[in-house]
Amino acid sequence: MAALSETPLLEARGLTHAFGGLRAVDGVDLSLKRGEIHALIGPNGAGKTTLVSLLSGRLPLQGGLLRLEGEDISALPAEGRVRRGIAYTFQITSIFPRLPVFDNVALAAQSRGARDLPAAVAEALDRVGLADLTAQEAGSLSYGHQRLLELAMGLALHPKLLILDEPTQGLAAGEIARFTELVRSLVPGITVLLIEHNMEVVMALADCISVLNFGRLIAQGSPEQIRADAGVQAAYLGGEDAAG
Amino acid sequence: MTERGKILLLHGGVLLALFAAQYLLPAYHANNLARIMVLAVYAMGYNIAFGYTGLLSLGHALFFAMGMYGAGMAVWLVEWTALPAIAMGLAAGAVAAGAVGLLALRTAGVSFMIVTLMFAQAGYLLILYFARYTGGDEGFVVEAFGRRPFGLDLVQDGPRYAAAFCLFAVALAGNLALVRSRFGRVMLAMRENEARSRMLGYNPFRVKLLALVISGLYAGAAGAFYAMLFGYVGASFAMVQYSILPLLYTLLGGAGVVLGPLLGAGLMFYLIDIASGLTSAYLMVVGAVLVVLVLFAPKGLLGALRERGLKWLP
Amino acid sequence: MPILCNQMAFGPFLLLALLEGTVTAAVLALTALGLSLVFGVMRVVNVAHGAFFMLGAVLAWFVASHVPGAPALGFVAALVLAPLAVAALAAVADRLVLKRIGYDPEATIVATIGLLYIFEQAALSLFGPDARPVPAPFTWRIQFPWFGYSGYKLFVVAAALVVLAAVWLMLTRSRAGLIMRATQVDRQTARAFGINVDLVYTGTFALGAALAALGAVLVVPIQQAHYLMGGDPLLLSFIVVIIGGLGSLRGTLVAALVIGLGDGIISMFFTPTLAKIIATLAVALVLVFRPQGLFGARA
Repeated sequence: MAALSETPLLEARGLTHAFGGLRAVDGVDLSLKRGEIHALIGPNGAGKTTLVSLLSGRLPLQGGLLRLEGEDISALPAEGRVRRGIAYTFQITSIFPRLPVFDNVALAAQSRGARDLPAAVAEALDRVGLADLTAQEAGSLSYGHQRLLELAMGLALHPKLLILDEPTQGLAAGEIARFTELVRSLVPGITVLLIEHNMEVVMALADCISVLNFGRLIAQGSPEQIRADAGVQAAYLGGEDAAG
Repeated sequence: MTERGKILLLHGGVLLALFAAQYLLPAYHANNLARIMVLAVYAMGYNIAFGYTGLLSLGHALFFAMGMYGAGMAVWLVEWTALPAIAMGLAAGAVAAGAVGLLALRTAGVSFMIVTLMFAQAGYLLILYFARYTGGDEGFVVEAFGRRPFGLDLVQDGPRYAAAFCLFAVALAGNLALVRSRFGRVMLAMRENEARSRMLGYNPFRVKLLALVISGLYAGAAGAFYAMLFGYVGASFAMVQYSILPLLYTLLGGAGVVLGPLLGAGLMFYLIDIASGLTSAYLMVVGAVLVVLVLFAPKGLLGALRERGLKWLP
Repeated sequence: MPILCNQMAFGPFLLLALLEGTVTAAVLALTALGLSLVFGVMRVVNVAHGAFFMLGAVLAWFVASHVPGAPALGFVAALVLAPLAVAALAAVADRLVLKRIGYDPEATIVATIGLLYIFEQAALSLFGPDARPVPAPFTWRIQFPWFGYSGYKLFVVAAALVVLAAVWLMLTRSRAGLIMRATQVDRQTARAFGINVDLVYTGTFALGAALAALGAVLVVPIQQAHYLMGGDPLLLSFIVVIIGGLGSLRGTLVAALVIGLGDGIISMFFTPTLAKIIATLAVALVLVFRPQGLFGARA
């Protein structure tokens, strides 16, 4: 890694969380550089969702340390971390279905204290291509549009770090291609942590990949390095359909 | 016409009609309308918690009674004049809501309903227990010297209507401003999807607590004005029935619609008025309306109207 | 409450309080068990539960006063007919109202508040505002060295124990109980296994109401029937179910004993209002700080 001297945007040390006796995340170190797209992969049940919940604050840390731009945020609750610049988009679409699209995005924009709400909402919706649907009730949007709305809500927060949890799940092939382009256009303004099953998307987007298995980090590196890593192949790529 | 224009026109029109009503209606109905407006303010407060924020409380009688006793006891025990007494009532309602909220908002759903119910019941029993200061079961009369804000004698029909109208107008304007504000949007977000709201940077506990305090302020204001306008303070206003009434009004008129509580309070008041002329069993009417509403019109009258076209109704 | 002599020593006084508390606990256990079953299986809070209790008492008076002959005959008739009638009414309410709102927890509370008002007013209109006595089926007294005590009250305790044991056996040993417990754990899976969930719900709701009515029939010879008598049993049942842990039957029974005895003893030393204040605040605080209840962590 070239920029060792620069403080990483997010730095995690020894993150741990156990459910009962099961260590879902076991001493994970993770470091996200500013402006990169960092992918987190691993077989089902590897602890990806738990790890992301620890980063976003939806689960409390049982051990370890979390720093955002050098500042300790380990004890901050989820909403506090959002205000510091960590946005999270849900794996299962989570919007306000009975509110108009405008209000969904406005809630995000006003949370960071945007002065001009209509402008802030328009900016976020323009970016995902939903600008002409502002008045529609969010619940009446198609599934693909709801995923985009979810992303627009994340963007309207003007985050430093955007965590995308399985963003392409359930999307059609054409939608996935558009989504990939969209995510690529976010960097380097925003740092992206991408949790993704679709290896094509991961390989196309990621600057750096971390591989999780049984709650531990088993490899980290560029897409080429990960592709060549024997341990990863054994644990993951060989274990199940890589494209799935 | 813009949405904003329509909203101003409708609510301004309602206020104008209510203002004109005191000159058009016979005294009996004008007096009823004064009472309805005060009860509607109480229900508006309830609607802020239940209709907009999704907090189904069964303990609002406590906040109403705190407003009523706060104002009434200030006159009765320490001989304050009307204005500071009313201020005392408002503060009592808000503080009680804040105190209950600090504990009850650690729960949700059915537990929240039971906890608020229990706190309100404890409040009612405390009123009975400290009968020396509260008048206990019999309550007390608010004397005329404490019912003269700005020299208006609230014992008279005219000033009484004017006072009720002023309270209602201010409450309505405040309610409209609140639900169309940024905070109003966050209240809705809590009702619709609390987990998502948290991940947009909002602290659900704080948002709900503030909404409940505003709701308690409304209930307290209504209680204080009730004592001032009708001159009587009694423990029956702290009973469970008085927690059910604003729920009933709100459900009937439309939860999450600003004008819902007024419509619900007006309809229910006259329904009971007519029913009690026919039978002593007016509670039967209340019960039947509750069941029918839950079964056939869970969104209430204005809620149904909003779903069928009037989407701009705030 | 029996008349107390001022001279009575502390020991006998306590014995009397314990006896009274045991009677309260026995009736309370029946009533609270009904509420707990409904909450456990159907996941709804039935605010009209106290009204079912009241209807049981009022119907007991109605039946007893229309059966000629010895008081025991009327009482036995009431013991059978009143719970059955209340159960039928509950089943109808379940089908007409609760089922149609899909047992939504909050809507159910609102709807059962409505039912409560309807039942109370119906009792008032049909049976009048007066408190109605029902003669006890027998009148012999047990003579302690310090005071005499109603044999009927001891019969109430015994009868409640028999019913509780029967319900317990039904839940743990019978097929109906198995079906109820399966539905309680997971209604979707139960449906998938061919269980008629609608029928289970109606049956549970009727059984819960019948238990309240049964408790009421047992209590009317001690405490007259009145259309507003449902409030206290509802409140106390709530307290028992919450302290015992929502949906936990074992917890409900333990809590009924504690609350019943506690109520008997506390109300001898404190004013009833103060006792109620303490009780309501206790319920609120238990729900806030220990939502799983004080006893029995699981159902």
